[in-house]
Amino acid sequence: MKNARVTEEILKNIKDYENRKIYTSPFALQPEGTMEERENLKDKVRRDKTVSSLKEVIKKVGLKDGMTISFHHHFRDGDKVLPLVMGVIAEMGFKNIRVAASSFTGAHECMVEHIKNGVVDRIESSGLRGELAKGISDGILPTKAVIRSHGGRARAIVEGDLKIDVAFIGASSSDCMGNSNGVVGKSVCGSLGYAMVDAEYADKVIIITDTLVDYPNYPVSIPQTKVDYVVTVDEIGDSNGIMSGATRFTSNPKELLIAKKVLEAMLASGYFVDGFSMQTGTGGASLAVTRFIKEELIKRGIKCSYALGGITKAFAELLEEGLVGKIFDVQDFDLGGVESLTKNSLHQEISADFYANPFNKSAGVNRLDFVILSALEIDRDFNVNVISGSNGIIRAASGGHSDTAAMAKMSVVVAPLIRGRLATIMDKVTTVVTPGETVDVVVTELGVTVNPLRPDLKEKFEKAGIELIEMDELIEKAKFLVGEPKPIEFTDEVVAVVEYRDGSIIDVIRKVKK
Amino acid sequence: MKLRRSMLFVPANNPGIIRDSYLYKPDSVMFDLEDSIAITEKDSARCLLFNMIKKLKPLYKEAGVETVVRINSLDTEFGIQDLEAMVRAEIEVIRIPKTDTPEDVYEVEKHIERIEREAGIEIGKTKIIVAIESPLGALNALSIAKCSPRLIGMAIGGEDYVTNLKTTRSTDGVEMMMGRAMIVMAARSAGIAAVDSVYSDVNNDEGFIKEAQMIKQMGFDGKSLIHPRQIELVHKVYTPDEKNIKKSLRIIKATEEAMAEGKGVFTVDGKMIDKPIIERAQHVLELAKAAGIKMGGDE
Amino acid sequence: MELKVRAVAGTLESSDIYVVMEPGASGIELELKSTVADQYGDDIRKVVDETLNEMGVKAAKITLDDKGALDVVIKSRLQTAIMRAAQSKEFKWE
Repeated sequence: MKNARVTEEILKNIKDYENRKIYTSPFALQPEGTMEERENLKDKVRRDKTVSSLKEVIKKVGLKDGMTISFHHHFRDGDKVLPLVMGVIAEMGFKNIRVAASSFTGAHECMVEHIKNGVVDRIESSGLRGELAKGISDGILPTKAVIRSHGGRARAIVEGDLKIDVAFIGASSSDCMGNSNGVVGKSVCGSLGYAMVDAEYADKVIIITDTLVDYPNYPVSIPQTKVDYVVTVDEIGDSNGIMSGATRFTSNPKELLIAKKVLEAMLASGYFVDGFSMQTGTGGASLAVTRFIKEELIKRGIKCSYALGGITKAFAELLEEGLVGKIFDVQDFDLGGVESLTKNSLHQEISADFYANPFNKSAGVNRLDFVILSALEIDRDFNVNVISGSNGIIRAASGGHSDTAAMAKMSVVVAPLIRGRLATIMDKVTTVVTPGETVDVVVTELGVTVNPLRPDLKEKFEKAGIELIEMDELIEKAKFLVGEPKPIEFTDEVVAVVEYRDGSIIDVIRKVKK
Repeated sequence: MKLRRSMLFVPANNPGIIRDSYLYKPDSVMFDLEDSIAITEKDSARCLLFNMIKKLKPLYKEAGVETVVRINSLDTEFGIQDLEAMVRAEIEVIRIPKTDTPEDVYEVEKHIERIEREAGIEIGKTKIIVAIESPLGALNALSIAKCSPRLIGMAIGGEDYVTNLKTTRSTDGVEMMMGRAMIVMAARSAGIAAVDSVYSDVNNDEGFIKEAQMIKQMGFDGKSLIHPRQIELVHKVYTPDEKNIKKSLRIIKATEEAMAEGKGVFTVDGKMIDKPIIERAQHVLELAKAAGIKMGGDE
Repeated sequence: MELKVRAVAGTLESSDIYVVMEPGASGIELELKSTVADQYGDDIRKVVDETLNEMGVKAAKITLDDKGALDVVIKSRLQTAIMRAAQSKEFKWE
């Protein structure tokens, strides 16, 4: 500005303004990285955040050895972003990177090599599957993997326990400024709920897309205000990969039997009244419950006020038919869910923070009436394992299990009594992810088992004539069929730490003795 | 009396299915060694079922699910071996396929009795259900139904029956009418259960329910089933309505009171109550109980 | 009981076991693959020993591919495979 109006002298004489800066030129105080060398004044601020390649953008964000990077897993088994980015990072010679993904899926086996080669030395995630899980169980990681629930991860990021330096966010479409979503483009994945937290709190945010659209993009899941750079690649993922087989309607009679028993328990609980809310996890039985509920809603002339969490076509249809009022969607489990999110304004995308962070002012889970969850193992004390197999090897994911179980008025864990020769109900689970005191009801093909902490529910079920079976009897019946397994022997070496949603350590996973 | 609304066929060569079938609570599970088992696997299915029945018997018993096995005909090389194994496994009921004459039953009975004796099992413990699968069997239905104290039921095997009748199955089932009629008449005359054929279009609930309603009205106790999902459907058809249950409760209560007072003749709702009415009321209440309907009082 | 030919029994479906039974020169040679080997490997070997003893099989080469079969299923499949390998139909039901 010509002829400056304010001088140091003036400021010195105004209380609290002694050390403030004096205006010099319009863009003198811009944050780092937003300016370009241009002749024209108005052209100096960047009007385009696109960068030509991943290598280029990694240089630009200043990635360094030892930093923390993050990914989301909305593409599940169809994800192509993580392998692509990790390949470039390895090629550029980085070492000791901490990878904090919302989860690792079957699409992420490349991580094994990156760990072995020293590119990655720390892992934080909700889930670990396949060869990566086996490798970590085997001790390939120089440090301990950290397992968190979806709510726990959001809390760790918001509270600063998990500081992300660079977030790599695959988005189905983005404009040149980074307004991006998961519902428009050639590879859609639906909600970007997990990535929203990363975008909000990471130091640097890179949007990776295969569909660059004209500015401005709509709808906006990740806003341009949070994005540093946009990179276009050939393909970010395979939309069909989000289904991962787990979300089709089951014709398995045992799963249907379990679902029917769950429905009976829900109806008898006293919570199945107009305006109730619910969430179902993946797995045949818990998805079948959604179908059964439809008939009951119509029969009783009532409505579910909101459905939460991972969304499937079954819920999208209930929304369409007006039987569910609204959907809070943190992740989509099939393309029916994605389509609904695209077209139905009552279908609301939410962040993992909104979904389940226990430390914010109130999360979506806080008003849940029912949650129906699957399990790998359940024990006498109702503790649930959803992370490791009965052979002691990591194989699955914490997910929103403990978040929803903790908050739903009636948390229901469904599982067959045995799978093949492996008992699901046992004296002690291999790893505790969800503590027993938050699990209200267990439903197997043999009937409904109520946690002794919930005598109120038990009384209601008895009154309704529901077939109840005690935990001791379930364990005995399982043993009658499969016998007593040889206990897995573990070494002292801890390969992973399981955090509860509040950040406390609920269990550790040790290396199996060979 | 044991209900036989639902008799679920289960191929005897699948360990997972044999292990789980009682969970679906049909009135009976019919393990099949006959048509659903390939000739080359008769030995393995028989052996598997023998061992699994011995192990799982308590679970089936606890769930109140009757165990039945459909053996191969004694005309085949497998029939006797099937009996040797199944009687020793103490299966509750042997279902004889393709029964045309009382002699077919006598032949099976003779072997059962011998095996029971050899194995130290109480003589007469193993019961028999016959399947009528030909016009000859249908014409002999009455003499077959009355031919053995072991005999507890008579079923019609629809597929073979219509083939032997030189026709095919239709949606309204006119071709089955004569056979069904003969069997239900014979079974009722002999005081044994009458069981209808399978309905093979698993995904057609509507057609299944229609057929179940018809055979119920004809007097059958129930149907043979090929899929667990049909169990609930047929049970619903056989579940008496509330009005019927209440009336039956009143009849039973009045009967008890009349007995206590030594009255021979009494009425309910202005109608005289006699023995058939009491029996029908008892049956209605059995069906209601089996359907899980709670009957606290008379209102 | 003497094994004469190679025989198989069972399937590779879940909760079943696939048994290959071959005549052996002397002693029992067992190759075991199981989805639950860590928890139930010892149990499975025990069932094999018991079944072979009961049926008087002294020499055999046995290959097992187990998909989580219950003991009673393993026993059944072994019995069938032995009967087939011995080309015998005189099974003792006990």
